[in-house]
Amino acid sequence: MNARVMTSAAAGALLAAAASSPALSEDLTLCWAAWDPANALVELSKDFEAASGHSMSFEFVPWPNFADRMLNELNSGGQLCDLMIGDSQWIGGGAESGHYVKLNDFFDAEGITMDDFIPATVTGYSEWPKGTPNYWALPAFGDVVGWTYRKDWFERPEIQAAFQEEYGRDLGVPATLEELKDIAQFFQGREIDGTTVYGAAIYTERGSEGITMGVTNALYNYGFEYENPETPYDLEGFVNSPGAVAGLEYYKELYDTATPPGASNWYMAEDIDAYKSGQVALQMNFAFIWPGVEADPNVGGGKSGYFANPPGPAGQFAQLGGQGISVVAYSQKQDAALEYIKWFAQPKIQARWWELGGYSALKAVVEDPGFADSQPYAQTFLDSMAIVKDFWAEPAYADLLLAMQEKVHDYVVAGNGTAQEALDGLVEEWTVIFEDEGKI
Amino acid sequence: MTHAPMEKLARATPRPVARRISGLSDRAIAWIFVAPSIFLLLAVNIFPLIWTVRLSFTDYRVNRPNRDVEWVGLRNYERILTDDGIWATMQATAHFLIWTLVLQVLIGFALAFLINRKFRGSDLWTTAIVLPMMLSPAVVGNFWTFLYQPQIGLFNYAIGFLTGADPASFSMIGDVALAPWAIIIADTWMWTPFVMLICLAGLRSIPESIYEAAECDRASKWRQFWTITIPMALPFLMLAVLFRGIENFKMFDLVVQLTGGGPGNTTTLTSIDLKREAFERWRTGYSSAYAVILFVTVFGLASIYVKALNKVKER
Repeated sequence: MNARVMTSAAAGALLAAAASSPALSEDLTLCWAAWDPANALVELSKDFEAASGHSMSFEFVPWPNFADRMLNELNSGGQLCDLMIGDSQWIGGGAESGHYVKLNDFFDAEGITMDDFIPATVTGYSEWPKGTPNYWALPAFGDVVGWTYRKDWFERPEIQAAFQEEYGRDLGVPATLEELKDIAQFFQGREIDGTTVYGAAIYTERGSEGITMGVTNALYNYGFEYENPETPYDLEGFVNSPGAVAGLEYYKELYDTATPPGASNWYMAEDIDAYKSGQVALQMNFAFIWPGVEADPNVGGGKSGYFANPPGPAGQFAQLGGQGISVVAYSQKQDAALEYIKWFAQPKIQARWWELGGYSALKAVVEDPGFADSQPYAQTFLDSMAIVKDFWAEPAYADLLLAMQEKVHDYVVAGNGTAQEALDGLVEEWTVIFEDEGKI
Repeated sequence: MTHAPMEKLARATPRPVARRISGLSDRAIAWIFVAPSIFLLLAVNIFPLIWTVRLSFTDYRVNRPNRDVEWVGLRNYERILTDDGIWATMQATAHFLIWTLVLQVLIGFALAFLINRKFRGSDLWTTAIVLPMMLSPAVVGNFWTFLYQPQIGLFNYAIGFLTGADPASFSMIGDVALAPWAIIIADTWMWTPFVMLICLAGLRSIPESIYEAAECDRASKWRQFWTITIPMALPFLMLAVLFRGIENFKMFDLVVQLTGGGPGNTTTLTSIDLKREAFERWRTGYSSAYAVILFVTVFGLASIYVKALNKVKER
């Protein structure tokens, strides 16, 4: 009898303890690409674990397979990821297919306002439909394509003299895309310290999104537009305008005359390798690589400089990268996932995120008076984020991207047809896609 | 008589089960044993096939679960068969298939012929030769991207050394004319040993007595090769062609790793194209039709080929 009473009392006490505990501690899984910023986020998230009692697991997939793997996960309603730092172009599909939780009510309840973030990142990473206050993600990692150059080579008197003699101007940060091409061509095949070096490492990758993320930096600045600003999905004369054709021809010339031999399928990793190993004078890449460049024993510590994508005849733009963080609609731990977002949005956490190598999109961080001087590339990051443009973020973005990959690679790398034919073909394919989507 | 094995089986099984078994016919027992395999076959092979055929007549997209699915009849098939891009992909696949088969059969048979002549260290050589096929295709693809690197690649260096050309002057995986050969060379390097092993089995199955009889008849080595070796090894050679043909028709990983299907679409084989349609563009209905067309093509060609193989074996 006594034993039975004791057992009942113990069970009751356990139940009461369980009922009175403030919240269940969950094991949250965050999915993202496998790259340097992800390692920084693991470090940062330790603070969240300590503060919340939740534990964090991570699923990181290398960039070339990231979209395949994660979109498969979302499309199958998988519960692997509670939090997803998905690419900016997934936002339309994530919202319309019900993969992401809409965050407006949560933001309102927690006092998180999108006015506190860089506007381009809000449009790029959070909004769907674009330009409307419907938020599906919190800007997590600001990123943009920019350029890295070998400052130590540029500063050598003999190289400066040779450049001056050939082009009649000083060798320095290019003021236009044409100047950038001149500089890249100048370095192409040049002997430096007994080694043959080349002009520029640019994006040419065929399989995922590489060449599109590269060529748009030329297309935008020569006059390419995704659609008629007055009439959505009206492509003719905008995608294949004379300016767009000139931009595509520019990129092909840059590829043909100023890139290392064999650079026919290069994306972020190959560009980094070429630059760090001293093969090239210039490198096109997303800003996320800059902390790694600074820390590199061969090219860091002042040997490298950074500049925003230079202007062309139609203006100055740069391809937006970066991602927002979303709560996956299929997650069973949405409350804990929202807690993570609330924690991540705090200014002090965002400041620490920047310190660790993550590019915060919070205005309080990037507009801090000390920000521009906090790193050698900080000002370039700010300049670049002010000129961003992004690829389509429609639910059919993968279709649109693959068509562009194919057309551009076929012209730029394989050398088939003309730039006009490539862009006319792109208009045809995109039109069919939008017709299939019922948008036209 | 018929019930004797049943009684034996019933005796060897626990009593309640035995009682149940002893009341069943041979046919029922056979069905009980075969049923799990048939169920698995239906669930894993036949049902997905029928489902794929059904999807091929729709505009279903797996990434749009909320969208209405429309029955489009033969439209997907019509679009595929009139798409120049897909025909270019088929051509690239045919080029890859034909040349890899020709090279692998010629080199594989030659190696088998050499290895078949017993010499000191022949076992060691056999082991060394089969090493490439033990590697993962992804590893081989990665490995060959380095070999083809214009500035540091050993392949380019070797070609430069032999021809006097500047190794950096050509790019095996970046040039439209060379990229199809780049994937053929890598696949041939990896899979020739497999063909060699099959040919070796064929050569070793030829009885020595036939050669001895030919020697007695004063047949030359050349004549022995053409009238004994080749005809008797032919079924094995054809088997090797069948295996490699099917494998290379669905080649994916090695080529993706090497060229990503580029430059342009030069090395985009049908399997790569199909994967893009199904899992990157998410056109499930369209890609189902594409898969059905490929299935019918491979199944038809393989059936004709197997019939020919059987005829050769009967001779």
